[in-house]
Amino acid sequence: MNETIPPKEERMTALNGLGTSRKRVEDARFTQGKGNYVDDIKLQGMLFGDFVRSPYAHARVKSIKTEAALAIPGVHAVITAADLEPLKLHWMPTLAGDVQMVLADGKVLFQGQEVAFVVADNRYAADDGIKAVEVEYEELPVIVDPFKAELDGAPILREDIADKKEGAHGPRRHPNHIFTWESGDRQATEAVISEADVVAEEMVYYHRTHPCPLETCGSVASMDKVNGKLTVWGTFQAPHAVRTVASLISGIAEHNIRIVSPDIGGGFGNKVGVYPGYICSIVASIVTGAPVKWIEDKMDNLMATAFARDYWMQGKISATKEGKITGLWCHTTADHGAFDACADPTKFPAGFMNICTGSYDIPTAFLSVDGIYTNKAPGGVAYRCSFRVTEAAYFIERMIEVLAIKLGMDSAELREKNFIRKDQFPYQSALGWEYDSGDYHTAWDKALKAVNYKELRKEQAERLEAFHKGETRKLIGIGLSHFTEIVGAGPVKNCDILGLGMFDSCEIRIHPTGSAIARLGTISQGQGHATTFAQILASEIGIPAEDITLEEGDTDTAPYGLGTYGSRSTPVAGAATAMAGRKIRAKAQMIAAYLLEVHDNDLEWDVDRFVVKGNPERFKTMKEIAFASYNQAIPNVEPGLEAVSYYDPPNMTYPFGAYICVMEIDVDTGTTEIRQVFALDDCGTRINPMIIEGQVHGGLTEALAIAMGQEIAYDEMGNVTTGTLMDFFVPTAWETPNYQTDYTETPSPHHPIGAKGVGESPNVGGVPAFSNAVHDAFKSFGLTQSHMPHDHWRIWTIANKLGLHEM
Amino acid sequence: MEKIRLNMTVNGKDVEVLTEPRQLLAHVLREELNLTGTHIGCETSHCGACTVDMNDMSVKSCSVFAAQAQGANITTIEGLGTPDGLHLLQEMFKEHHGLQCGYCTPGMITRAYRFLQENGSPTEEDVRFGMSGNLCRCTGYQNIVKAILATAEKMNEMKESA
Ligand code: FES
Ligand code: FES
Repeated sequence: MNETIPPKEERMTALNGLGTSRKRVEDARFTQGKGNYVDDIKLQGMLFGDFVRSPYAHARVKSIKTEAALAIPGVHAVITAADLEPLKLHWMPTLAGDVQMVLADGKVLFQGQEVAFVVADNRYAADDGIKAVEVEYEELPVIVDPFKAELDGAPILREDIADKKEGAHGPRRHPNHIFTWESGDRQATEAVISEADVVAEEMVYYHRTHPCPLETCGSVASMDKVNGKLTVWGTFQAPHAVRTVASLISGIAEHNIRIVSPDIGGGFGNKVGVYPGYICSIVASIVTGAPVKWIEDKMDNLMATAFARDYWMQGKISATKEGKITGLWCHTTADHGAFDACADPTKFPAGFMNICTGSYDIPTAFLSVDGIYTNKAPGGVAYRCSFRVTEAAYFIERMIEVLAIKLGMDSAELREKNFIRKDQFPYQSALGWEYDSGDYHTAWDKALKAVNYKELRKEQAERLEAFHKGETRKLIGIGLSHFTEIVGAGPVKNCDILGLGMFDSCEIRIHPTGSAIARLGTISQGQGHATTFAQILASEIGIPAEDITLEEGDTDTAPYGLGTYGSRSTPVAGAATAMAGRKIRAKAQMIAAYLLEVHDNDLEWDVDRFVVKGNPERFKTMKEIAFASYNQAIPNVEPGLEAVSYYDPPNMTYPFGAYICVMEIDVDTGTTEIRQVFALDDCGTRINPMIIEGQVHGGLTEALAIAMGQEIAYDEMGNVTTGTLMDFFVPTAWETPNYQTDYTETPSPHHPIGAKGVGESPNVGGVPAFSNAVHDAFKSFGLTQSHMPHDHWRIWTIANKLGLHEM
Repeated sequence: MEKIRLNMTVNGKDVEVLTEPRQLLAHVLREELNLTGTHIGCETSHCGACTVDMNDMSVKSCSVFAAQAQGANITTIEGLGTPDGLHLLQEMFKEHHGLQCGYCTPGMITRAYRFLQENGSPTEEDVRFGMSGNLCRCTGYQNIVKAILATAEKMNEMKESA
């Protein structure tokens, strides 16, 4: 005890804990090509399976002939719905309470739908087999426009439930109608709007797109018939949920299923769902007795494996003459495709779309959403956002802009006038959420100053003048966005998926020599969990982050949790990590008290040790305590130092931010040049600033893609016209601008360390910032609304329709 | 399908594999030679995840038939740096947070390795253009660009002091 104690700061630095830009522990592996992604898995005798897919969007399947395929050398089996039926696996439950065909059962409902699964020695032989399967189709009329789905004479898509008047989310008014979901007070809202000084009305469409992670989806299933154990490696953002669902639908006991998510090459919501490929690889492994791998290619992925958005949002917003918002009304037509497979918590068939009052104090609001079946791929995943939050944010940020036009007011000022004030938190929104914390005015002010907003508007006006004089063909657009997210689903009392409560977990074991392993119910897809969760723990338990191993994704070893999506890892599993750390510390305190022969209460925590109050010379470090916990008999204390926490969050967290984009637009070519993107985020307590910044860069780039060109488009026949990377826009380094980032820090009052989650904010806030910039450039020519994505052709068309090409 | 005997030099070692001529180089590297650092993102030559160095040029190995690689000299990510001595690019990618999920990273680094030999003192614009055959869905490129510029700078410093 005579050793000199290093100063507090030095010991804190040594921990590399909360708030430091710790370099990532994952990177050594990844930069050397030593990651272990699902396609890297190779098992003895492994076969490869792939799909025969439907070329039609809607057709009856008259027959499937497999003989020729089976005759091809290297082809082992061709599985069809008829083979799955005796196992009751030809249909599967979706995350949204609907059912979905695993393989075409009598008909196909979207282009690219899985029709038969060919199992062969390798991917080349599988491909030979696919070409030899003969499927006879009879084409049926197609619905691609959700507004035509309920017209007289519309074809009935889902014959399996044509007569069902009750769906998973209440009454259905038509065979192609899925649900109606309402939130808020319709009567009061309609009354307020009808009496208002000013009302702005607009149809805001957020088009269909796709998360398109660089790595597609895939799985390797291995059924060990000797011990009856099924192991599945796959691109699963929620491995534990997959295990439970797999057990429920296959009848294999849950302890006999092991699900492993290896390294995942980006998820962005695409890897939350359960897809036919997973089921077919499992069945094929059972049928053939060999491990079976399924890896889809990019076209399969874009065409068939989920989608995002596709919300038609009809809105009305009312205000006083002075610009105080009085009411918001929204009716959304939600195109869900052929099966309702949206990844939303059960009680929220339209996700958290009812966060659509945004950052504003709107006293009265009403939202209704109608889910509709069409001949498009199922999915409705939260593409880098919490469930439907990006749709909500885009809607309100567009409505603010159209209202500002109506009022003849600067939209920055309109926002400022209507922000929820700092002293109003916790704030009860008209649509039922309790916003935990926020300081919008400060963030907004900082952002406007950072871009020199007043000067920008002046420059824009001058440019406009020059345009009218014929001195330039380029306009300036200033895109504003202030978003509030709702993430960290969620409290088990109102959040579950398929009945599985949305808590999360962390289990920690401290080793005798003072290092540790922590396992979580989540799974990183690039977010750097192994780095950041170790930082949370380091600060909680005083063991350097370097000495803490993080493990996720193996259901045999990790504690049960609902996985990583909707920015829930930090709010939920991060909280579990802190809480488990606190349990470790509580036990460590008892041990230290015994070792130092004092009462528990006489000790205080000091970075990495317990110190006797008023006597800093007397202490026990966490390392010493760890050793004693295993090797010394301590009365009334069990040996060992372990803890587990299952954390059920009391509320969601509400990150927010202020984004501004400045764009130059060439009216003759429709091309755009992004001059500046400023992004201020408030994600509460900041765990690793370097990683936060990286997340913001990535999310902004996905927002840029969505707003400016990325789209899953269909022609009238239901053919996907953007099914390859040739047509589906993914920006390269060349098209991507540099970003300026900043932050404010308003900790969440209910989260153990005050963190709120950040991975998805830039996508939620970025899309309106980019889109508003385009709209803003043409505002003075009378443009109020034009649908995304704003590719060159669409921008050129705006300019053309406004007559700018004649000017 | 009849197989051919394919001879290549991969990461400095002479290798011989028996393969169908239609096999893509990416698959031969990953499946026959277990060099799984070369990733596949699209198989249509758009994403660059499969980039390797072939006869001193960057190629997308998903767009090269095995038969076309006869006699070629190939470097994959596994041939750049060792666990004890990372290549400078690998270090700079880590230092500047130039990767997240890591899926694009081997292709990015392999391309950057060749790019910096094509242009040893690039501007930011040069880097953005020279790397535009490689997609990343996670990072937004800003830190990748930073990592490559930092590598160039360090390499030039080392050259000067040598
Ligand atoms: S896999 Fe080769 S370019 Fe995408
Ligand atoms: S780091 Fe994920 S694709 Fe680049």
